[in-house]
Amino acid sequence: MSQQEPFTIEQFYKFLKQQKLMAGQCIKCGKIHLPPRPLCDNCFSQDFKWINISGKGKLLTYTIICVAPHQFQALTPYAVGIVELENGLKIPGMLQNLTQEQLKIGMKLTLDFGSCNTTQQWPQWQRYCFKTL
Amino acid sequence: MNGKPLVSIISAGMSRFGRHDGLLAREIFSEAAHEAFSRCPKLDPKGDIKALFIGHMGEAYEHQGHMGAAAADWAGLTGIPATRTESACASSGAALRAGIYATMSGLADVVMVGGVEKMTHRTTVEVTEYLAMASDFPFEQWHGITFPALFAMMATAHMHKYGTTEKQMAQVAVKNHFHGSLNPKAQMQKEITLEAALSSKCVAWPLKLFDCSLITDGASCIILTKPELASKYTDMPVHIIGSGQASDSIGLYERKSLTSLNATKLAAKTAYEMAKAKPQDIDLAEVHDCFTFAELMAYEDLEFCPVGESGKLIESGETRLGGRIPVNTSGGLKAKGHPVGATGTAQAYEIYLQLTDQAGKRQVKNAKIGLTHNVGGSGATSAVHIYRRDLK
Repeated sequence: MSQQEPFTIEQFYKFLKQQKLMAGQCIKCGKIHLPPRPLCDNCFSQDFKWINISGKGKLLTYTIICVAPHQFQALTPYAVGIVELENGLKIPGMLQNLTQEQLKIGMKLTLDFGSCNTTQQWPQWQRYCFKTL
Repeated sequence: MNGKPLVSIISAGMSRFGRHDGLLAREIFSEAAHEAFSRCPKLDPKGDIKALFIGHMGEAYEHQGHMGAAAADWAGLTGIPATRTESACASSGAALRAGIYATMSGLADVVMVGGVEKMTHRTTVEVTEYLAMASDFPFEQWHGITFPALFAMMATAHMHKYGTTEKQMAQVAVKNHFHGSLNPKAQMQKEITLEAALSSKCVAWPLKLFDCSLITDGASCIILTKPELASKYTDMPVHIIGSGQASDSIGLYERKSLTSLNATKLAAKTAYEMAKAKPQDIDLAEVHDCFTFAELMAYEDLEFCPVGESGKLIESGETRLGGRIPVNTSGGLKAKGHPVGATGTAQAYEIYLQLTDQAGKRQVKNAKIGLTHNVGGSGATSAVHIYRRDLK
């Protein structure tokens, strides 16, 4: 694993495109940052290493969106939630192919790396999502 | 006895809230400024006012940034330092805090603080997108998470943890529409039924249309001075005795709790301590009911009730006019309306009216201490202020 990659959100999404879920870990205090950040908010160190983390987690909360901005209107209604991964790291995202009846707080989910089917505009980020195991 | 005044409010103004077709934000701000100047004949606006801080959230609405200078100009105050404060829906709560900094620093004896937003000329889809800009872009907006969705996720977590119900949320809407029916400047002046609230269409489950605040045009302002100068301008000032503002992570997902706003708890702690006041001392409050659930969460974060019991508090009727602690007598963001940048100082305007016995049909009798609670984004900013009636 290259240690030279910058600890940025842009880089986080580049790794996702390579099917890797990566977080930044502070070398000085050990805090794990998801998303990575260039300055540790705990000890102010700028020294980090990348660590690979599991995409498996449990659902902390969710909602079903019925009114959405223009680019998401065609998807409504769609579910989004916040998932707690290993190490207590939390990340939000769409919950794919899940109806309200199927959604339960605490249910096990796993990250799907998704795709980047966006236009030429910034940003060219993956739209990952979560699905049932 | 409560804390010493930090600053004193000598006047206040607010435009009608609702649709202002054909007007620009700066023109609506003129209406609020005019009322504030008219209420205080001893004030010479051009000579006395030494600074303006104005809350304004979005350039996107009118393709207009730089609202500090524009608002000063349309209030007839060009020349003074005029600064826009942007903290999403807490933009004018932050303006108020900035006005307190300016007054207490000694740099300006009289300061105007206010806020404005012009929203209704845009479609709901456009407004949804603009409001979402107050949330985290790379992990929330990018993944289709709307602004109502963030509060909906907090509501879902609260329902799961404490058994809070959709009906209890709807009761907030019913109460605030009742209060709005008594406010001639409110956007919605009609009462609604619990059934109508519960059967309105889904926005982001469990939040329905009637759980959401309104898309509104409006402006508000208050004029502050040093406490020792207040009597020069008015014989009925209202004193600000506590001020707290705090921040939290921009992303909801990074926070320790999904069922409370830590920024509100921090801001409230600072404000209560400064005011030497306890939650039980508060006679009335304007809290940030951008969604009905947000008002319930505010009850807990401001310690009006124990954690997890906000549903019981709304059911008890104690936060309705006539109850132990009336909340959102103006109608709140829910019925009075929510022109985002104007909301913080519109809350201060309501408390000013109440503590000077000018609130008409919705007057809270014998109110001495009031509180405002203004939240930005999904809780990354919160401003809490505590006000006291002038005790002569």
